[in-house]
Amino acid sequence: MDQFLNLTLNGVASGAVYSALGLSLVIIYRATRVVNFAQPAFALVSAYLAYSINQATGGYWLGFAVALLAGAVMGVLTERLLVRPVRHNELGAIIVTLGLLIVLQAVAGMVWSNEPHSFPYAFDFRGDFSPNSMFVVAAVAVTAIAVLVLFKATPLGLRMRAAAFHADAARMSGVRVGLMLTLGWGIASAVGSLAGMLAVPPFIFPNVLDGVFVYALTAAVIGGLDNPLGTIIGGFVLGVGLSYVSGYLGPELVTLASLAILVIVLAVRPNGLFGKALARSV
Amino acid sequence: MSAETSETTAAPADAPPARRAAHRPAPRRNLPPVVVHLGWALVAFALLVGLTMITDPFTNLRIATIGYYLIAIAGLALLTGLNGQVSLGHGAFMFIGAYTVALLVLHLPGLPFWADLLLATVAGGLAGLLAGAAAARLHGPYLAGATLALAVGLPAITQRYPDFLGGSNGVSFSVNSQPAGLVGVVPATRWEAWVVWATALLAMVILVNMSRGRLGRSLRAVRDDEVAASLAGIHVGRTKILAFIVSSACAGLAGGLQAFLLGTAAPGSFTVALSLSLLAALVLGGLGSLWGAFWAAIAFVYFQAWAEDAADAVDLPVNVENNLPLALYGTVLILVILLFPAGIHGGITRLRAALKTSRQGRSGRSEGES
Amino acid sequence: MRIHRGARIWAVAVAGALVLSACSGAGEAPSGGSGNQPADSAPGVTDNSVVLGSHQPLTGPAAPGYSKISVAAQAMYTYINDNGGVNGRKIEYKVEDDAYNPTKTVEVVKKLVLEEQVFAIVGGLGTPTHSKVLDYLNQEGVPDLLVSSGALMWDQPQKYPMTFGYQVDYLREGKIMGKYVKDNFAGKKVGLFFQGDDVGRDTQAGLDQFIKDQVVTRQPYDPANTDVTPQMLALKSAGAEVVVCACIPSFMALTLLTSAKIAFKPQFVSSSIGADPATLTALLQDFAKRSGATVAPEQLLAGFVGAGYLPRVALTDDAWVKFFKEIHDKYIPTEAFTDTLIFGMAQAYTVGQILKAAGRDLTRRKVVETLETTELKGPALVPFAYSKESHSGYIGAYLVRNNGNGTSTVVQQPMVTDRESGEVKAAGGDRVNPDQTGLLDK
Repeated sequence: MDQFLNLTLNGVASGAVYSALGLSLVIIYRATRVVNFAQPAFALVSAYLAYSINQATGGYWLGFAVALLAGAVMGVLTERLLVRPVRHNELGAIIVTLGLLIVLQAVAGMVWSNEPHSFPYAFDFRGDFSPNSMFVVAAVAVTAIAVLVLFKATPLGLRMRAAAFHADAARMSGVRVGLMLTLGWGIASAVGSLAGMLAVPPFIFPNVLDGVFVYALTAAVIGGLDNPLGTIIGGFVLGVGLSYVSGYLGPELVTLASLAILVIVLAVRPNGLFGKALARSV
Repeated sequence: MSAETSETTAAPADAPPARRAAHRPAPRRNLPPVVVHLGWALVAFALLVGLTMITDPFTNLRIATIGYYLIAIAGLALLTGLNGQVSLGHGAFMFIGAYTVALLVLHLPGLPFWADLLLATVAGGLAGLLAGAAAARLHGPYLAGATLALAVGLPAITQRYPDFLGGSNGVSFSVNSQPAGLVGVVPATRWEAWVVWATALLAMVILVNMSRGRLGRSLRAVRDDEVAASLAGIHVGRTKILAFIVSSACAGLAGGLQAFLLGTAAPGSFTVALSLSLLAALVLGGLGSLWGAFWAAIAFVYFQAWAEDAADAVDLPVNVENNLPLALYGTVLILVILLFPAGIHGGITRLRAALKTSRQGRSGRSEGES
Repeated sequence: MRIHRGARIWAVAVAGALVLSACSGAGEAPSGGSGNQPADSAPGVTDNSVVLGSHQPLTGPAAPGYSKISVAAQAMYTYINDNGGVNGRKIEYKVEDDAYNPTKTVEVVKKLVLEEQVFAIVGGLGTPTHSKVLDYLNQEGVPDLLVSSGALMWDQPQKYPMTFGYQVDYLREGKIMGKYVKDNFAGKKVGLFFQGDDVGRDTQAGLDQFIKDQVVTRQPYDPANTDVTPQMLALKSAGAEVVVCACIPSFMALTLLTSAKIAFKPQFVSSSIGADPATLTALLQDFAKRSGATVAPEQLLAGFVGAGYLPRVALTDDAWVKFFKEIHDKYIPTEAFTDTLIFGMAQAYTVGQILKAAGRDLTRRKVVETLETTELKGPALVPFAYSKESHSGYIGAYLVRNNGNGTSTVVQQPMVTDRESGEVKAAGGDRVNPDQTGLLDK
């Protein structure tokens, strides 16, 4: 069935973006137990910087590289300056990142205006599974594997996991906990900026990533906020599922379907499909 | 709603003396808290009526707006502040309340307005029951994510049933709520402010009594330590669901009042930004007490107005001017959390405590009491 | 004692309910009169100024495409003011941002009326937004002129005597597009792609009067969902050779891109709200870089047929376009000169004409009467319908094809029609030049 295949391919491409942005949320959550609402804003500002560079130089990849770097820098600065003071206040951290989201979106509107600008795809976007879609999936896959390998198989990853899991014990073993947390935010935000570069085309405007963020958070929650692999799977499942809903049931039902999927998954597994419940200390 | 309060206003130890006090005036006995609160509410209402008489119609509208946001944020204070469940979806319950009032006014025009409001409250509460039941096993960010999905997804129902719910244009209606004798005597904006605030004060009396009574203690116990609470005999799941029901009933009532004030209900009014702003305003106002909701409602309405006026006053390029109010809002949120984590009410409490240091030996009161 | 406390609460509640039950049914008509201001009043008018207000989406997800209209209008008002104003009064234009949020619209409109004391509301933008303030403005007797939306509800002189439409409504446009498709593409399969609200409904109602039997599929879109691939796939698999669109500019651009993506190349016919070639080109221009020459905006737009009723940027010899360009170059040179900008300027010019025709003795009632009785000739290629019986704005449109090489051709001359099943016929009448309207006469 032609339509089925097309919807599936379309869903895989969008799911890749949800996975990537969800992954960035999960890395931060695992490191510092904070849901970073400002993540889409970092991705947005990074994409705008790439846009300006593209306009000035006529290229694409330079802007892409700058975007990743900018994302990392924003993540690092935010963790150091804004989040560290409020780390133990869960709700406060949410509000701080929320405030940052609002400020960054407003600043983007001030600098680049609220009108949409044309924003190129990385590769040719034509075709049922276009070169661009292949790039999107490949980029996300490579990034995801890199992140997983980093965490599971490298000494640096071990130190980062130790810092997140039990900061005091890690500190006593010589891990520089603060640095590890900052690094986590930096890596996560770079991943988020990658997701932004993939999600923004064809138009960029200050609210372009709002919808993607909600689906990314949904994907992270479905997969389990402390499980990167689960989030990636969750993202693809969500992308494909919502594509079918849009194609067979109607585009206006997509957000409701997302809610329904979330409710069903959490009803069965309150910590996400692959999440682990934390033991509660009494 | 009244049925619940009757069980929560009494402390068991007071039982026998209070019964005697009801039959015989006992000058040294205190009045039951509910009556005291109602008395204060009446005083507050009188003050409000006076205020609306001396201010212009647009300020009356702003006063009314503060009133219904007060109810919504107070409900959220109960759920998030007292019970620790972070909800990012409160706008969805306001949406339900607004549409309930709208559809009732359009399809059952014979119902008096207070009945419409009551049904909006009930509708909100029912939705809260469903949401609470679904959310009872969730905590922290999972709950936040689920409620965010609710805020995004629920208003989309209007697209699915455009004939009944009006699609993206929503529904418009006029509410006839003034008694015949007052029409023309009292300007519409003033009357609307009275209706909103009478309802708001009544709702606050109920909420304050809930939060000071057994329900309030259960909520706080569950927030602080679920395991300990359940060991103490509190049914954790039921308490969490009850918190959802009460808070979403408040949101439904607030949504109904908003529909009343605006004469309209439309999905474009119930954005994710609304839900997030309610929470942000609550944290700004002070999370630990219902007074925080009061400051929050004022901040919610007046901050926006002040930011827009500030942007108008200075001659700036168009792009900067359009986005300045939002930029200011975000900055203030960040600064308040970093510098005054306990919000406005926390600041006031500390001030009061500092003034009392000669009496109190401790360096500061806990902000967990309401 | 518990029962006592509970009883007290019940007593209070019941008493309160009894008090409140003195009210009659909430949905029934009020027994007293409503607070109508006498329409002879003229708030916001002084000896040398008149204050006008408007609500538009300047920020938020719906701002793209619409946030420049007020910039253009302000430029036009500044030009008028610099040349002496209208009847000796300068126009003060206050625009409030409602972010396309109906709640905010009600608030800012009340602010404009109560606090800023505007004389009239002009160019309120959006159907879901402006429909919320119709009752209020009409009750308060505030002239509600030139609503920027093609909905039919602005034309109800009995119910909303102060409200007047401006742009051609979706039903009329649907009829005009339907006639074009029937005359030029008889027998071909037609697919419809439209916004899933009154824009789509009214456009379809008009189209169905002409091409109902040619329609093979109808695909709605939801503005909140920017993935239109499923709808394009459905149009392609139904074999549509002509696709008639009623979309806002960003969705029209998405449509063009997505159809290029799935190699679907029908004949596109678009209503005026999504047909501004400069806006579309701006939205499409960066895709050629990666994807080859056939995806350049010129290629994507080649053959695109759009509706319009105002002169367009491409008509560089048109007296009005030259006039607007002069104002643009002088007051807002950094903005891109698009058909949207022309819309804002033309609308502001019409406001000026209305004020001029109402005369020096300016009251709210006078403005309404003037609009109902005066024939306004201005930049558009079709006439207004204003009269005592009709508060519709423009009543027709023309269709122009983009040739893909920077030029364009008119493929259907300006036609006018009605809201019912009347015929579509050529617009008569003559057009005047800017210096012939007498707007700046002293």
